[in-house]
Formats: sequence, C-alpha cells, structure tokens
Amino acid sequence: MIYILYMFVFGFLLTAVIGLFASWIDRKLTARFQYRQGPPLLQPLYDILKLLKKETLIPFGAPKLTFLAAPLFGLIGVTVVSTVLWVNNINPQRTFMGDLIVVIYFLMVPSLSIILGGFASGNPLASLGASRELKLILGYELPFILAILVAVIHADFSIRLGDILEAQARNGAIAVSWSGGLALLIAVICMQGKLALVPFDIPEAETEIAHGVLIEYSGVLLAMYKLMKNMLLFVLPFFIIIIYMGGLRVSGLHLLYGILEYVGLVAVITVIRNTNPRLRVDQIMKFFWGPVTILAIVAVLLALGSY
Amino acid sequence: MGILDTAFLKSLWVFHLSTGSCNNCDIEILDCLTPRYDIERFGMQLVGSIKHADVLLVTGSVNRKCIPRIKRVYEQMPEPRLVVAIGECALSRGAFMHSYNCPVPLDHLLPVDVYIPGCPPKPEAIISGLVKLIEQKQSPVDEVKE
Repeated sequence: MIYILYMFVFGFLLTAVIGLFASWIDRKLTARFQYRQGPPLLQPLYDILKLLKKETLIPFGAPKLTFLAAPLFGLIGVTVVSTVLWVNNINPQRTFMGDLIVVIYFLMVPSLSIILGGFASGNPLASLGASRELKLILGYELPFILAILVAVIHADFSIRLGDILEAQARNGAIAVSWSGGLALLIAVICMQGKLALVPFDIPEAETEIAHGVLIEYSGVLLAMYKLMKNMLLFVLPFFIIIIYMGGLRVSGLHLLYGILEYVGLVAVITVIRNTNPRLRVDQIMKFFWGPVTILAIVAVLLALGSY
Repeated sequence: MGILDTAFLKSLWVFHLSTGSCNNCDIEILDCLTPRYDIERFGMQLVGSIKHADVLLVTGSVNRKCIPRIKRVYEQMPEPRLVVAIGECALSRGAFMHSYNCPVPLDHLLPVDVYIPGCPPKPEAIISGLVKLIEQKQSPVDEVKE
C-alpha cells in the first residue's frame, strides 16, 4: 500500500512538478542565451493544460489501440523509474536485489513508446523519426550501461541501488574518483541522447521532419508525451545524482547541495543543447560507438584497477 | 473563463501558412521570434505540425491552387482554433484584387478572428494584433466598447 502512495505522490506528482520546473529552467536559460526575455514561470504548466482542452485527432488508417496506448506506456515507464529512485533515495534499505537492472530497462520504455507511437501514426515523417530514434537507442545504450557498470564496481559488484548509495555514504561520492568522473561525463552525454535534445535530436528535428514522431499527435496524447519528456528531464539527472553523487539528502545543507547538483545538471543539458549543431545518424553512431564507448571502457578498466 | 481557457490563451502555438505571398509577411512573422520582439514572452511558439497548432497564421493572396489546401489544413487543426490573416493580400487580395487567379479573399473561406493590415505589417503590428485577439477572447464584451 505504501508503495502506491510513493508512486502517486513522489513518483508522479512531485516528479511532474519538478520536471515542469526544470523544463522552465531549460527554456528560460535558452532564451537568455539568445538575449531574449523567455517564457513566464508557469508556461510549461499552461502548455500541458492547454493541450488537455484540445481535440484529439486520430489519423485515418492508424491502428487505434497502439496509437492511443503508446503515450500511456511511456508515462507509466517514467513513473515506475522515478518511484524506484525515490524509494531508494528516501530509504536505501527498502529495495530489492537488481533494481538497477529494472531502472535501466524502464528507462528505455519512454523511447520505445515514442517509437511505437511514431510507427503507429502512419505518417512518413513520423516513421522516419521513429527509425532514427531506434538508431539513437542502439548508439547510446552501450556506453550508458558501461558507465553504470563503473558505479556497480565501486559498490562491490552490487546491482542494488541501495548498496551503491550506502557505498557512497561510506567512501564519498563516486564522481570524485578518476573512473567515476569519466563515467559521469559519459552518462551526461548519454543522457542528452536519451532526452533526444540537440545535438542528438534527430528523431524530432523540427526543421527537417517537423517534430518527427510527434507530428500526428494532438490534444491529450500530445500532453502525455510532453509531460513524459518533462518528467524525464527530472528522472535522468536524478538517476545520475543517485549513482554518482550520493543521492539527494533532505537535511539542511545537503538539500541545498542536492538542488545545486540537480540545477547544475539541467544547466549543463541546456548549455550543450544551445551550443551544438544537430548531428546526422551516421555521425551519432560513430560518436557513440567510437570515442564514447572507448572512454567508457577506459573508465571501467580504471574502476577495476582501483577495486 | 475556466482554468483551461486561461491556459489556452496563455500558450498559443502558431502554425504559419503561406498561400502565395511574396515572402515579406513571412519574414516579418519570423522577426517576431527574434530577440528584439521575442514572442515567447506571451507563450507563443512556432510549431511545425498543424496537429499541434492553435492559431493559423495565413499570409498571401489566396490563389486558386491554394484554396483546397487551405481548407484541408484548416480541417486538420484540432479544436479550439483561431485564424489570423496577416498582410494586405490575405485581407483583401491587395494588388491582386482583379487577378484571374485570386477569386475570393480569405474570409470567404475561413472564419478569420483577427485582421492585421500592412504591406508587410511590422512585427509590432503583428504582436499588437495577437494581444488584441487574446484580450478580446478574455472579455468578449469589450468589443462593443471599442
């Protein structure tokens, strides 16, 4: 029963609120980078509420069930991940063996839901976007898992998030060590890919395929996708904070540090997305499977060496 | 005014449709997004897909080839939807008034909510027109007062 409470209060509501706020930070910073004023604080909330009022159109010839269910799957995936992360963060003893694997699996569900929705739209541009998203997943997933492996090695080969947190409470944050710092860098790059932001925004590339996978979505379904993306903007940095920086601790000065770490990560995402051009599919594959994977292997070897 | 209506007027997403314009109005619309005018202050965004749009910005003298396309684009817009005519051509066909190729002005085809005159209208005029549209939707009674 308590888990259902966790799921609604922390997993969904709190994550959504922080995610909307993070999306505002992102848009405001982008505006300031371009010497603009930027949107007001409640703008992401207005966008979601507005979409709830809009009519929902289902394209002719699209498989209805898949088209309607895809955004729901994505939203549920993000909620499950954030619930597991919050439970771990509040009480590291409470979790089960192998929840890290569950988190890695469910972090892929939003991307899969986008692919599903894109192919179900029956629009050529959406299909193009979905196939690009598929290639993007192939690219970033390998270095991302290698980077997580570094944290696992630091926590004495335990695949419980709680053990990783406790190891960091004993020995200090993983990000401070050489291998941890390298893994953090790789995880931030892969996070950019998972969020599908510039330079890895090929699935949505507005100027060439007009929002790609989301092109046929409108109304409530689009609102669910937007909310899912905003929640991911909280969940992924939170995951990185948990496995490399010792988690968010809700007590005095530690809370301040936690907020600073989180806002810092969002700012890094925004800076990367505002100072880079969009890459092509082949460039992304070369980038992820070349330098990033090699760096990730080096990080794993360093972690094994110091183990 | 419910909260959803308020949210609707605070985040108008704009789709830009050119129906054979000379590109002047289109450039002025893009100017609205630049740092100097920054239309995102009002929560407005230019979107690439008509399914996401709340406002249809139409520029250009509506020519014969465009008419069926305009209707199709308008039908694909989810409700509630607004239409804004920008520039002399969209308002009254401008210099092409007597052309064989421009049979009717835009408001014979779609229900236009705001007319923004000018050839081309300045970005200030476009912003002022959109703000008037928002104000009028917030309190429709004021229409009589003006």
